Amino acid sequence: MPTTQLARTAVLLVGLVVGSFAIALPARAVKIDRVISPGGIEAWLVQDHTLPIVTMNVAFRGGAASDPAGKTGRATMAASLLDEGAGSLDSQAYQGKLEDLASSVRFDASQDYVNAGLSTIKQNAGVTFDLLRLALTEPRFDDEAVARIRGDLVAAVARRNEQPRAIASRIWWADAFGDHPYARPTDGTVKTLAAISVADLKQFVHDRFARDTLKIAVVGDLTPEELKPLLDRTFGGLPAQGAPVAVPETTMQESNALLLVKKPIPQSVVSFGQPGIKRDDPDWYAATVVNHILGGGGFTSRLMTEVREKRGLAYGIGSYLVPLRESGVILGSVATQNEHVAESIDLVRQEWQRMHEDGPTEAELQDAKTYLTGSFPLQFDSTGHIAGLLVQMQQENLGIDYLDRRNALIEGVTLADAKRVARRLLDAKALTFAVVGTPANLTPTRVLDGKGS
Amino acid sequence: MIFVRCLTLVLLGGLTLAAPASADTTGDQPSSRFGAEGFMLSNGMQVVVIPNHRAPVVTQMVWYKAGGADEQRGKSGIAHFLEHLMFKGTKDVAPGMFSRIVAQNGGRDNAFTGEDYTAYYQTVAIDRLPLIMKLESDRMANLQLKDEVVLPERKVILEERRMRIDNSPAALLDEQTRTAIYLHHPYRIPTIGWEHEMEGLTTADALAWYGTWYAPNNAILVVSGDIDVAQLKPLAEQYYGVIPARPVPERVRVSEPPRVATARLEFRSPQVAQANWTRSYQAPSYTGGETAQAYPLQVLSQILGGGETSILYRSLVLKQQLALGAGSFYDPGARDITTFGFYASPRPGVTVAQLETAMEAEIQKLLTEGVSAEDVARAKSRMVTAAVYARDSLSGPANIFGAALANGRTIEDVEQWPDRVAQVTVAEVDAAAHQVIHEKEAVTSILLPDPTSLAAAGPAAAPVAPSPGETLRVRDDDGQAVGSPGPGILGEIR
Repeated sequence: MPTTQLARTAVLLVGLVVGSFAIALPARAVKIDRVISPGGIEAWLVQDHTLPIVTMNVAFRGGAASDPAGKTGRATMAASLLDEGAGSLDSQAYQGKLEDLASSVRFDASQDYVNAGLSTIKQNAGVTFDLLRLALTEPRFDDEAVARIRGDLVAAVARRNEQPRAIASRIWWADAFGDHPYARPTDGTVKTLAAISVADLKQFVHDRFARDTLKIAVVGDLTPEELKPLLDRTFGGLPAQGAPVAVPETTMQESNALLLVKKPIPQSVVSFGQPGIKRDDPDWYAATVVNHILGGGGFTSRLMTEVREKRGLAYGIGSYLVPLRESGVILGSVATQNEHVAESIDLVRQEWQRMHEDGPTEAELQDAKTYLTGSFPLQFDSTGHIAGLLVQMQQENLGIDYLDRRNALIEGVTLADAKRVARRLLDAKALTFAVVGTPANLTPTRVLDGKGS
Repeated sequence: MIFVRCLTLVLLGGLTLAAPASADTTGDQPSSRFGAEGFMLSNGMQVVVIPNHRAPVVTQMVWYKAGGADEQRGKSGIAHFLEHLMFKGTKDVAPGMFSRIVAQNGGRDNAFTGEDYTAYYQTVAIDRLPLIMKLESDRMANLQLKDEVVLPERKVILEERRMRIDNSPAALLDEQTRTAIYLHHPYRIPTIGWEHEMEGLTTADALAWYGTWYAPNNAILVVSGDIDVAQLKPLAEQYYGVIPARPVPERVRVSEPPRVATARLEFRSPQVAQANWTRSYQAPSYTGGETAQAYPLQVLSQILGGGETSILYRSLVLKQQLALGAGSFYDPGARDITTFGFYASPRPGVTVAQLETAMEAEIQKLLTEGVSAEDVARAKSRMVTAAVYARDSLSGPANIFGAALANGRTIEDVEQWPDRVAQVTVAEVDAAAHQVIHEKEAVTSILLPDPTSLAAAGPAAAPVAPSPGETLRVRDDDGQAVGSPGPGILGEIR
C-alpha cells in the first residue's frame, strides 16, 4: 500500500464529506471544580446532573512495590479484604448492604498506589460514602474472610502461573528489574501470600491510608456544597501523615535477552520491551506520538501493518509507554503460531530500528496528532472514565487545567522533536523478549521453567 | 451503622409491600429509561437514536441480522471472517483505509460477531458523524474483495482462534460443552469457526455471505450520543436510505429434539491449574421458547448466584467451605434458545465429586422448597435500582438496543426491563426453575488438572463463569480478549 495513494484517498473522501481535516473538538470541555471541604480535604469534582449517579475514585501512595520482602501480595490482599467486613458489619452484612443500595465500593493496588472507589445512585450517596469510610478506617480482617480471600488469591496466582500471557509478562518484569520491587508481580506468590498475617494487613492500613498522599476525584450528580460534608465524613478521620514510601528510583536492566518458557501450546505468546521514560519527562508527549505510530495506534500502527495487515502473522500486536512512579518502560506483546515467532520478533526489531533511525514521516506525525487530539475527548463518556483521569492528573501533577492544555501539548510536537525522541528512546538492541510456547527456529539466551517463585 | 440499617429496612420494606404493584418500585427510578426513539427508512432499514448530551460525541453502530448461527454447514466462521474483511475496501476506499480514515478524524472503530448478529461501530466527535455514515453505508453496498487481501486475513482469524480458544483449556472445554448442550441447533457450532473449516474459507464464500445478508432491510442503525431524531433522520436517509432493499432469505433455525440422555464432559490438561465444574440446561430466551420466563430466570440467577450474598456462595463457599467460588449464569439475549447453569470450583483438598454432590443438593433444595419472598423482593430491588448504571456510557446503551432489535425485540421491550423485572412473582421464579432444571437434561462439564503434571499440584484456580452465547468481540486495538458485550447486559450490570 503506497503511502501517497493512501493519503490521497483519505483527503478526497474527507474533503468530500466534511470539507476540513482539522478537528473541531474539544469544544464544551469538561469543567473541573476544585472543592475544599471545611476540614481542608481537597477533591476534584466534575458535576454531571444528567444521571442520578455518583462515582468517586481515590488513590493513596504506596502500593505493591512497598510490600515487605517475603510478603509480596500484601497490598493486594489488604485491598481484597477491605470490603469483606468493617466496623460492626461482618462480610455478609457489608456486602449485603452494598447490594441492597445498588452501590459498589472497590479497592485495588498497583505497584505505586492503592486505589479505592465507589459508585452509587445519588439518594444512597451518604450511606455509600460511610461504607467506604468504614472500610478505610475500621476494616475487620475477620479470620473467616482472611482465610477465604487468601485462598482466592493463592488460587488466582496458581491460575496465573499457567496462563501463557501472564507467564510471559512475569518473566519479562523479573528480568527487567532484578532485585527492585518492580520485578515482582503485585499479587504475590503462593509462599508470600501464606506469610501475610492480620497484623501485616493492619500495618498496611495504618501506614497507607493517610491524608497527605490522598487524591480524590468525584464525578456525577453532586454539587460542591453537597460533596464537602461527605469529604469530611469519609476522610476527615484519617491520620494526617502516612508512613514514608521507600521505593528507590530505578532503570530497567538492559539484558538484551531472549527468554523462553516451554509450553505445549499451539500459539506462542511474546512480551517485549526496553527502558522507557517517566511521566514527567519533558519528552513525554513526543514519545506518546512516536509510540502511537510505532505500535500504539491500533490498526494504523507500523507494527500492526507489518505483522497483521501485510502478513497475517498475528491477531494483534501493540506497544505501550508504561510510566511507573520510579521508572518507565516501553512494553509490547504479540501472540503468533509457533512457527512464526522468529519472523515476528525480527519484524519487531526491524520496525524498532527503522523508527530509531528515520523517525516518523510528516504524514504519520500529522495523522497521529489528529487521532490523539481528536480521540482524547471520546473517553469522557462515563463517570468512571472521567474519575480515573482526574485521579491520574493529580498523581502526575498535571494541573487542574490539563484537559484544556493537553491537546496543545500534542500539537506542539514537531517532526524534529519526534525524530530526536525516537532516536533517544528506541533501541532495538535494548529489547528483551520473553516467549512462552514451543517456538520454531528460535535460539533463546535463557530457558526458564516459568514457575512463580 | 444504625443509620445504614434503617435506610435498608425502609427500602426493603417499601419494596416488599409494593412488589405486586410494580409502579411503586420503579416510580422513583424514571431515569433508568434510555429515552431511545426509532424510525424506519423507506428501504426497510431500522434506525434507533439514543440521545446522550454529556459530550459532543457520538457512537454509530450498524447491526446486521446475520451471525454464526446462520452459516451454511461446512462454512463455520464465515460470518466472523466477513466481519474482518469488511475493512478490506470498496471502490472508493482502499484496503485498510477505513480504520485509517476514522483514526485520522480522531475516531475509534471496531466490530464484533455473535451467533445472531454482526455489528460495526465507530465513536467520533459529533461533527464527524456524516463522514462515518458515508464510510459505513459505502461498505454496506460496495465491498470489493480480492485474494491478495483475503488470504492474509484468513491467517489472522486462525491466529485469533488460537489465541481465544486453542491456547486456553477452559475455552476449549466451553466450546465442546456447547456441542453437548445443543444437540441440533447451530448454536453448537463456534462463531469463530472450527479450525479445519476456517482453513478452507474463500473469497467467494465471503462475497456470497455478504451478498446474502448485507442489505439495508436486514440492518439496524443505532446512534447514541449528542444527537436527536430530527437531526439524524435526514443524514440516515441521505447515506443509508438510498441503498436499494433486496430480498434477504428467512433465517432458518432448526429446533431441538428432546434430550433423553444426560451428558458429561471431562477435559484434563497440564495447562489447568485447578478444577472447575459446570452444569448447564437449555433455557428460554427473550425471544425463544417460553419467553415469559426470561425475567423470572434473571431474578432466579440473581438470587442463586449474584455475588457474595447469593444462596450458592453462602452455602458452598461460606458455610460448607467446599468451593472457592460458586454461582449461576443465565443470559436471555440469544435469539432462539439459551443456557441456564451453575458453576463451582473446589477448594484445595475437595474433590469434584464432593462439590458436585453439594451443588446437586442445593439445586434439589431449590426445587423442593422454592425461593423465599424476601429473596425475590431483594433481588428485584437490586436489579431495578442498578439499572440506571447502564446509561453511564455511550456505547453500552447502543450495544443493548442493537442486540435486542437484531433479535426481534423492540425499543419498548428494552425500556421496560426494570418494570418487567419488578413484576416478577415468587410463583413465576419457582415455575421457571422447575421448567428449566431437569436433571435428565443436564450437561455436566468438568475441567481438571492433568494428574501426571506437576503443575497440577498447585491449589485451585479462581472460578470462571462460562460464557454462554459466546459473542466474539474482535479487532480490539491491543489484540486482547475482552468480555462479551452481552445481549443481556441490562441483567448483569453492577
